[in-house]
Amino acid sequence: MSAATSAIKPRLLAPLALSGPTTLFFIGLVLLPLLLTVILSFNSYDYTAGIQSDFTFANYLTVLQDEYYLSTFWRTLRLALLTTVITVLIGVPEAYILSNMRKPWRSIFLLVIIGPLLVSVVVRTFGWSMLLGKNGFVNSALALVGLEPVQLLYTETAIVIGLVHIMLPFMVIPVWTVLQKLDPTVEAAALTLGASRFTALRRIVFPQASLGILSGSLIVFALSASSFAIPGLLGGRRLKMAATLVYDEFLIELNWPLGATIAIIVLVANLVIMLAYNRLIERQAKRKLG
Amino acid sequence: MQRNGPIALAFHSLVVVFMLAPMVVVCLVAFTPENTLAMPWNGLSLRWFEAVFHHADFMSSFGNSVRLALLSATISTVFAVPAALAITRYEFRGREALNALFLSPLIIPHLVLGVAFLRLFSLMGMGGSFGWLVATHAIVVTPYTLRLILASLTSMDRNAENAARTLGAAEWTVFHRITMPLMVPGISGGWLLAFINSFDELTMSIFVTSPSTVTLPVRMYMYASESIDPMMAAVSTLMIALATVTMIILDRLFGLDRLLVGKG
Repeated sequence: MSAATSAIKPRLLAPLALSGPTTLFFIGLVLLPLLLTVILSFNSYDYTAGIQSDFTFANYLTVLQDEYYLSTFWRTLRLALLTTVITVLIGVPEAYILSNMRKPWRSIFLLVIIGPLLVSVVVRTFGWSMLLGKNGFVNSALALVGLEPVQLLYTETAIVIGLVHIMLPFMVIPVWTVLQKLDPTVEAAALTLGASRFTALRRIVFPQASLGILSGSLIVFALSASSFAIPGLLGGRRLKMAATLVYDEFLIELNWPLGATIAIIVLVANLVIMLAYNRLIERQAKRKLG
Repeated sequence: MQRNGPIALAFHSLVVVFMLAPMVVVCLVAFTPENTLAMPWNGLSLRWFEAVFHHADFMSSFGNSVRLALLSATISTVFAVPAALAITRYEFRGREALNALFLSPLIIPHLVLGVAFLRLFSLMGMGGSFGWLVATHAIVVTPYTLRLILASLTSMDRNAENAARTLGAAEWTVFHRITMPLMVPGISGGWLLAFINSFDELTMSIFVTSPSTVTLPVRMYMYASESIDPMMAAVSTLMIALATVTMIILDRLFGLDRLLVGKG
C-alpha cells in the first residue's frame, strides 16, 4: 500500500475545526494580554489619578536611566549568568557520573537529582532559608568547628545557592539524555589506544555532550533570570531581581505602567537571548552532522 | 562505560547532599516540639502538623490548589488533544506557527504572563474569580499536555490505523478504536505533569489570585515572607510527602526520566 492512498487528504476544514478552539483560547489569553501589557507600558502613571491612556516613552526612559532599576537588571543578569556557569560545572560531571553508574544505582540517583523538580520551589527555598539563616544550620556547623558565623541569608550568595539548587535538574536532564545516546565503546576505544582519561573526556565525551550543555544552559539562564520565589525569600527586602521588582511595582507601588515596562524588557531580553542561543545550537548541530 | 573513581564518587555524594539538604532539614524541623525553627533534639512532636490541619487559611488554599490543578489539567487536555491531532495529522499553512503559539507559555516568563493576565482581567473588570484563575492555569500547563500527546502521536505506528482503514473501518472507528487507545499514555502522562505544574505554580498565580482564591504555593510564600514558625515546615513536609508519592507513581507508570526530559 502506498503512502499516498493511506495519508488523510489535506483538507482545510478538519485541521481548522480541530485546532480552532485552542487557537482562539490562546489568542484571547496569551496574545491579547501581552498586547495590552505592551500598551500599558507606554501609558503614564499619576499617583493621584492612576493610569493615563496616553502614549509616552517616559517609563522606558525612567527604567533605563535610573540607578536603582539599572542596578537591579545588572544584578539579575550577573546572578543568572553565575548560576548558569555553576550549574554547568556541577551538572555536567554529575550527569557523566550518573551515566557511568550501574543498575540499580543509576536510576535511584537520577531520581534523587531530578525528583526535587516535583517539590514546590517555595518548599525548597524555605529549606534553604533555614539552612542559611543567622541561627541556621550552616552557621551552627561553623560554630561547632569554632568559626565565626557568617551572614549568608539575604545576600547574593544565598540567591545563587538557591538558584543552583532549583536549576541543577534542568542541566542534568539534557546532558544525561545526550550521554545516553553516546556509544560507550568509542570512549573505551580511545582509552585502549592509549589516551589518558582526561583526553578521552575532552576529545570524545565533551564534544558530544556540548549540545546538551548548550540547551541546558539556555533553560537555566532563562529560568534564573525571571525567577521570583528565590530572590523573594533569600534576597530579602533589599536585594531585588527583575521578578521581585515587577511584583513591587504592581502590588506595592501600584505603578502598573512602570511594572509593565520592566516585564516587557524581561520578555524581550529573554526572547533575544533565546533566539541568539538557538542559532548557536543549530550551527553546532549542523557542524556535528557534517 | 567507565567505572567511577573515588573522586567522582565523592563529588557525587556532595551533589546528593546538596540536593537533599533543604528538604531533609524541613522534614526534621517539622517534628520539633519548640516554638521556633529548631531541630527536634529534645523529642518529637506532631503539634505543628495538628496546627496545619486547624489552620483555616492553609486548608482552604490546599482545597483551592487541588480543585484548580484538577480543572486546569483536564481543560488543558481537552484543548490539547484536538490541537495535537491537527498538528500531526494534517498539512496546512501556519501549522508551525500554531505549534509555536501553543508551546509559547514555556518561553514567556510566568512573571510576564501574570502581569499580562492581571491587566486583562482588570480591564474586563473581572479579576479574582476562580474561573479565570482556572483559565490562566490551563494556558500555562497546556505545553506539557500538548508535548506528551504530540510525542505519542508521532511515535505511534501508523500501519495499525491504515490496516483498519483498508479493512473498511470508518474514520471515527479508526480514531476511537486505534488512535485514541494509543494516545492514552501520552494523555495520562501529560495530564499528570500538567496537574503537578499547576499545583506548584507560584510566580504567575501571585498576580492573579484574590484573597478568596489564594492557592497553596501563594499562601506559603506569603506566610514564609512574613512569619517563620515551624508550621511552615509542617506544611512543607506534607508537600514533600505528596511529591514523593507522586514521584514513585510517575516513575512506575512512565519512568520519571522519560517524562521529565526536556521539561522547561
